[in-house]
Amino acid sequence: MVKRILVGAHYGFRDWLAQRITAVVMALYTVLFAVAAASVAGSGFEGWRALFASGFMRFATFVFFVALAWHAWIGVRDIFMDYIKPTGLRLALHVLVILVLVGYLGWAALILGRL
Amino acid sequence: MPTMQFKIYRYDPDRDERPRMQDISVEIDAADRKLLDVLVKLKAKDDSIGYRRSCREGVCGSDAMNINGKNGLACLTEVKDLKQPVVLRPLPGLPVIRDLIVDMTQFFKQYHSIRPYLINDEPPPERERLQSPEDREELDGLYECILCACCSTSCPSFWWNPDKYVGPAGLLQAYRFLCDTRDQATSERLDDLDDPYRLFRCHSIMNCVDACPKELNPMAAIGKIKAMMLARTV
Repeated sequence: MVKRILVGAHYGFRDWLAQRITAVVMALYTVLFAVAAASVAGSGFEGWRALFASGFMRFATFVFFVALAWHAWIGVRDIFMDYIKPTGLRLALHVLVILVLVGYLGWAALILGRL
Repeated sequence: MPTMQFKIYRYDPDRDERPRMQDISVEIDAADRKLLDVLVKLKAKDDSIGYRRSCREGVCGSDAMNINGKNGLACLTEVKDLKQPVVLRPLPGLPVIRDLIVDMTQFFKQYHSIRPYLINDEPPPERERLQSPEDREELDGLYECILCACCSTSCPSFWWNPDKYVGPAGLLQAYRFLCDTRDQATSERLDDLDDPYRLFRCHSIMNCVDACPKELNPMAAIGKIKAMMLARTV
């Protein structure tokens, strides 16, 4: 391949916006979780189980994990863009991070489904 | 006469194996108000010291250097505010030609990449393309940039990707043409910057704002470019 400086992948704005939206989602969930945790404080295992038995809490928690994975993907890819220069190695690391994040999401869905 | 102590970065790539810091002092008097005044005296004492200078009044941007760890213009830096020994280094992140003189090719390459000129295919009017005073006001805080490179060379994103990231100086100029009502290439300019490297390496750490000797705000300009992209998208 001819050595040229290659730019122009048109996902800069889309990912920048996604990173901000996912950050807001995570911040809102953090407040929601803090309030919910305060409401069940001292009620033990059954209290926590009842909290997560509600469909809303499970939905909100899953949305939080999706936002977390998406946010983490953009952030980690940004770090690779700065420090990992060989294209092949960077692609391999991208695939690895995506697989790990998808795995975590599946795991989170399984745990939330079992409650 | 009081003496001023300096530690100056010295490096001639043709002769020196590695850079070194030279300790040197010079006598100053009340007329030496700015750092550049003292550097002129230093040059008279040791004429092997290399640095750029021209207008000596903060207009040409030639004497940008790293002064006590912060980028600035020697001609605008007050001598009385400097802690001694004054440590002078070249602008970080650019190849050193000699001592405090850096190769700014990469910096200007990025500047040229944003097409820093008015693009308007309509035939020009007899005298000039007029703007309303409000539209003209938009250019304030943008056109004053003197391209000294203090901001871009204080930006870690520019250090890591000088070949792909436009840098704060180039992006400030990009917004100067994006907000110019006489320019007709707004969409093409935004397309060109919608790239994970060219614009979105900026993580808003504000080193550029801190370094700018003209007190401009490249980070705000970058934020306005993102706002234009948002307005275009949603």
